[in-house]
Amino acid sequence: MLTCRELTELVTDYVEGRMSLWDRVRFSLHVGMCPHCRAYVRQMQFTRDVLGRTPPLSLPEDVKAELLERFKDWMRDPTRATPDGEPRES
Amino acid sequence: MSYPEAMPEPEIVQRLVQGDERLFTCVVERYHRVMLGVAGHFTANRALAEEIVQETWMAVITGLPRFEGRSSLKGWIFAILANRSRTRASREARTLPTSAMGDRDNPEARLDAVDAARFDGRGMWAQPPRPWEADTPEAVVGNAELLDLVQRAIEELPPRQRAVLVLRDVEHLDSEEACKLLDLSEGNQRVLLHRARSAVRTALESHLGRS
Repeated sequence: MLTCRELTELVTDYVEGRMSLWDRVRFSLHVGMCPHCRAYVRQMQFTRDVLGRTPPLSLPEDVKAELLERFKDWMRDPTRATPDGEPRES
Repeated sequence: MSYPEAMPEPEIVQRLVQGDERLFTCVVERYHRVMLGVAGHFTANRALAEEIVQETWMAVITGLPRFEGRSSLKGWIFAILANRSRTRASREARTLPTSAMGDRDNPEARLDAVDAARFDGRGMWAQPPRPWEADTPEAVVGNAELLDLVQRAIEELPPRQRAVLVLRDVEHLDSEEACKLLDLSEGNQRVLLHRARSAVRTALESHLGRS
């Protein structure tokens, strides 16, 4: 019988579908009987769903400004590719 | 203005090629931190990681007219980044003593997903997970304090765990794409993902678990 502690280490294998049939059966049996582990698996899935909705972290203004300058420089570069030409190889 | 997720990529690329500065800034805001996270997978040297990302942006800007859309824009940017990271990091590895590279976060290292003290001698819950005071993931990211907690938890992860977590869970790459970019076996990638998700769950639990 799988212990609760073992189950907490197998959750990702389970969610990722990387388990042998036998381990899947043991995992499912345990989760079916153990409300605490059911809650745990739900929290791990909830965590993944939260991560999937986090917006990008903000960037320091100086980083943005510097990259924008480089972008403008390149746009002003007379040797830059024209839309139908080949870009210059550096 | 935030990144126009709904705009078709060919249009984004065309506007960038034509010099749309606002859109360029949006693209930078959208990907810069993710790119730093990926570069951090290859080098422990923060300054080098920043340099690699800067170089990648230059390669993106100059390469845009040749971008043909065979992959997604995101996939193309990440591929340039991973190539550059590999080249630069291996050059750095040759110039640094091996001890400086360290064994930063070996995926095989034994780390518990849940504090061992929460289980009894038979491995059953002694302090089981408490129900969480949050109905939906949207409610969590909509709460400034909780969002900050999650973002800090991501930032505090060991670099290789962070890279995998960000690519898989935040950027929604599949495991094959993440393994290819980060030069990981599927198994090691899964272990890193497991450690990372477990750590973020623990951080969320500290705020959401009813006492």
